[in-house]
Amino acid sequence: MKPAPFRYADPRSLEEALDVLTAEHGAKVLAGGQSLIPLLAMRLAAPATLVDINRVPGLDTVETTGDGVRVGALVRHDGLLRDSPDATAAARVQPLLARATANVAHPAIRNRGTTVGSIAHADPSGEMTAVLALTGGSVTVATPEGRSTVGWQDLFVGPLETSLAGPAVVVDAFFPALPARSGTAFAEISRRKGDYAVCGAGVVVTLDEDRRVAAVRASYLSVGLVPEVHDLTEAVAGKPVDGADWAAAGALARTLVDPDGDIHASADYRRLLVGVLTERTLAEAAAEALERTAA
Amino acid sequence: MTTKLFGEPVRRREDARLITGKGRYLDDLGAGALAAAFVRSPHAHARVTDVDVEAALDVEGLVAIYTYEDLTGPMAEPMPVLIPHPQLHAPRTGYALANGVVHHVGEPVVMVVATDRYVAEDAADRIAVSYEELPVVVGVDAAREARATVHDDVPDNVAARHHQETGDVEPALAAAPHTLSFTQYIERSACMPLEGKGVHARWDADDGSLRVHSSTQASTSVRAAIAAKLELSLDRVEVIAPDVGGGFGVKIVHPWPEELLVPMAAIRLGREVKWAEDRREHFISSAHERQQRQEITVGFDDDGRITALDVHVWHDNGAYTPYGIIVPIITATQLVGPYAIPVYRVVVESVYTNTVIVTPYRGAGRPQGCYAMERTMDRIADALGLDRAEVRRRNLITPDQFPYDHRLTFQDGRPVIYDSGDYPGLLDKLVALVGWDEAGALRADAQARGKLLGIGMALYVEGTGPGPYEGGHVQVLGSGKVLVSTGLTSQGQGHETVFAQIVASELGVPIDDVEVHTGDTRRFGYAVGTFASRAAVMSGNAVALAARGVREKALRIAADVLEADPADLEIDEGQVQVKGTPGASIPLRTVAVLSNPLRYAFDQAAQQATQFVTHDDSKPPVAPGDAPGLEHRDYYSPIRSTFASGAHAAVVEIDPRTWEIDVVRYAVVHDCGNVVNPMIVEGQVQGGVAQGVGGALYERMAYDGDGQLQNASFMDFLMPYASEVPDIAIDHQETPSPLNPLGIKGAGEAGVIPGTAAIASAIEDAVGRRITSMPISPTELYDLMRDETAERTAGSQQVPLQTGVPA
Repeated sequence: MKPAPFRYADPRSLEEALDVLTAEHGAKVLAGGQSLIPLLAMRLAAPATLVDINRVPGLDTVETTGDGVRVGALVRHDGLLRDSPDATAAARVQPLLARATANVAHPAIRNRGTTVGSIAHADPSGEMTAVLALTGGSVTVATPEGRSTVGWQDLFVGPLETSLAGPAVVVDAFFPALPARSGTAFAEISRRKGDYAVCGAGVVVTLDEDRRVAAVRASYLSVGLVPEVHDLTEAVAGKPVDGADWAAAGALARTLVDPDGDIHASADYRRLLVGVLTERTLAEAAAEALERTAA
Repeated sequence: MTTKLFGEPVRRREDARLITGKGRYLDDLGAGALAAAFVRSPHAHARVTDVDVEAALDVEGLVAIYTYEDLTGPMAEPMPVLIPHPQLHAPRTGYALANGVVHHVGEPVVMVVATDRYVAEDAADRIAVSYEELPVVVGVDAAREARATVHDDVPDNVAARHHQETGDVEPALAAAPHTLSFTQYIERSACMPLEGKGVHARWDADDGSLRVHSSTQASTSVRAAIAAKLELSLDRVEVIAPDVGGGFGVKIVHPWPEELLVPMAAIRLGREVKWAEDRREHFISSAHERQQRQEITVGFDDDGRITALDVHVWHDNGAYTPYGIIVPIITATQLVGPYAIPVYRVVVESVYTNTVIVTPYRGAGRPQGCYAMERTMDRIADALGLDRAEVRRRNLITPDQFPYDHRLTFQDGRPVIYDSGDYPGLLDKLVALVGWDEAGALRADAQARGKLLGIGMALYVEGTGPGPYEGGHVQVLGSGKVLVSTGLTSQGQGHETVFAQIVASELGVPIDDVEVHTGDTRRFGYAVGTFASRAAVMSGNAVALAARGVREKALRIAADVLEADPADLEIDEGQVQVKGTPGASIPLRTVAVLSNPLRYAFDQAAQQATQFVTHDDSKPPVAPGDAPGLEHRDYYSPIRSTFASGAHAAVVEIDPRTWEIDVVRYAVVHDCGNVVNPMIVEGQVQGGVAQGVGGALYERMAYDGDGQLQNASFMDFLMPYASEVPDIAIDHQETPSPLNPLGIKGAGEAGVIPGTAAIASAIEDAVGRRITSMPISPTELYDLMRDETAERTAGSQQVPLQTGVPA
């Protein structure tokens, strides 16, 4: 369990990082290392060069505006959870982000791993990929040609696979603000506390001005090859929020997902959990939506 | 007296060192040593057709590559069958490096030695081994069916047929008012010590001697194995177990191939060589345990008393049998637990599979035996509509029946005769501790919260402290320091503390003056090892006897000086004194000085023993039959094992929508005879219960049909975290063993034994469906609950919710 030989670069600027990535074919970006380092140790990945971006300035900020939350590439998971003005502002504008982040692994991993790194890793079992999808988020990608924005639909190609090719650094991820009269919830079921979820669910419920259900969207963890957003509105559309049949939305969700089985859970069991978690999170999200509508 | 520390919760003296990173583990040694890495078989069963090392040869830093062709003499022969047994009719062992055919994924094929581990792995990556794949046998049922074979010359895959019976079981079953027959399964798990195995060897060419450090549970026997296999004289080989980061059984197996190959390379290369096992290697090339298929028939009367028990176990022993049939024997003999079984027959067929070898893992066959017996009790209770605790109570051996002879032969070749115990006492305490009689109220409360609640229990008896022997050496230095040495090894259990407690108490010295050394063949060459909950029983008694010998000598010498009768002397706080006469005393350290008549002195203290100071011309300085020095060596060798016992109960809550299983209450009543250190015993119980919960709900070895282990990492092999282990309520009972001077019984393994049985019982109680395979996970419970053909228990009508299971 020792990595194959690799060259190591620790650039001091984004330009320098992109120079190395351009010059060294197959170079990989290292940020928190919580997924990459184990892959190297098990020789499941053997890039010729690691580009450690931890010394690149300007990538460690959380910027919150009325439009949403922009999380820099070096912001650790814990940066969205700890008691700080940045985290508080982010949680006010898009509460789902912190809610989901609290489910990421264990404190030691949250202290090192990064939000953006988990997105770039494109693991369909990860919390951040689902949150980016559910909030309709995007990432900013820096390449030698300049910066561009890539929406979540265009980013995730397959398990552990993104559309990014050639020299590129994901410099931040943008999570749009929670819309008005909306609430969110996030829940997951894992075998052990902090493990990858056997199944997880994030939901957003939006009400109309009469406090009837206007829109319901959900995204799930560990139930598909790439993050997807499912519209469950039809199951509960127009229902008064306190009379909505969330179980019907759960039943609908079960028909929309196509999970795989593995050694920890059968496909059927994951489908069962999609239903239960949908029902439970929707009730919670609806309560928050009601609160925010009243306020 | 302040020095009587036996029985006190003395804080573990090794903790300060171990938890502040000052431990000295195998991989802390030999910073400049060459490193070994292994090319291991990627196939479960295959013929090696070619080994091409060409591409590795230009790796900078490569030092040597060894294959089977490079092995000579005894190294080229199969690995030893450590524990032969007449019923092990087809023993098979592997080679240090594969010779022709590999029989499981992970078997070592090529050894690479390089300047460091990185380079060694780089070179190993470039070695191309060609294989011709052969049919694979995975799992106990495939082995039974024997459509394919693991070893060509064992056509039925059966390595051993172990058989014991205490009477004529068939007529007894025929005469029974009721009988039940059923089949159940239990899965594999593994020891998973935090530190894997590891070996470091240094050859001194000038001296012709070899020093080996190994992360082992049996340093004296590793030494003998190395000497035999490498054709060295025993006196030229030293083996030391440094701090060892857990063993749990896997490190009692020896010699591991690496324990021979690393010293071999060190000798051939004249360089220090080290190998530290990584986690993947540990998963696929160490040892597992526990998979069995159990076919049980029980006869019982209207009151639920067992009249006959017939058990046929199919035991998966993996690809080889280096450790003999110890695990099957323990299952067979410990299965009967605390119960009086009038007629018992057991057959264990130990079968080969193309998987990692099966050798003792904490509990060592007992969790399976307990699972068989305790689930039988649950079935009888369910069949008769009786309380499960009551059925157990009616079958218990009573306190007036000791010594109780089961008429079985144990793992040490000696009779299973229970020495002491109070099993009804255990059960009564357990029922009170867990609140067994309040289960109905707990169930109602859980139901109100939308949960299913169940309660289960399991009792066990554990044969501990088997022989043949252990020894102890105690020496008092002129400084007053007391050196204690025993040959068996430590893996973090707290031996340094408990042996110091015992010696301090026996000798009458402050515990801080006592220094304990274990597992170092330079200090103590005769030992067996640390396994079978035997360290406290065996070495504890041996060091006590050695301390008593020292005390006797000290009193004799002090009596001369104080002109008193030795019988009138006592030792307290390191002072030998005349009882009841303050001031008439001599420090033990001075006695130590006087015990060694000197010609030369280097300090003030030693001058007291030099030849112009001492003035008794009537006898030689060292009397005939006496020896210089205040030291004594003694051995403890038991007539047979001593039997500890205990009872566990678990309360589980199950979410009837997600089928998550939560152990919400866990109670343990524990009896290991006289307790040396209650804090350490409780720690052992806690750790054992954690592994019991792991084995019941989380851990398994997920082999696919090709013999590939799909969860060979800590990401997918689910050892419970602290968050998965319930708080544990512990109560004690002490029935001293009459078999040894200290009256103690082993405590190391007990905590793990009843976990699977108790938790299976609790889940069954909660859901009303028969649980016949453990461990069980939520996804499996979901499958069981929606299986229309799944057997419902008679007690299932008390399950409150008719759980709506969506299709």
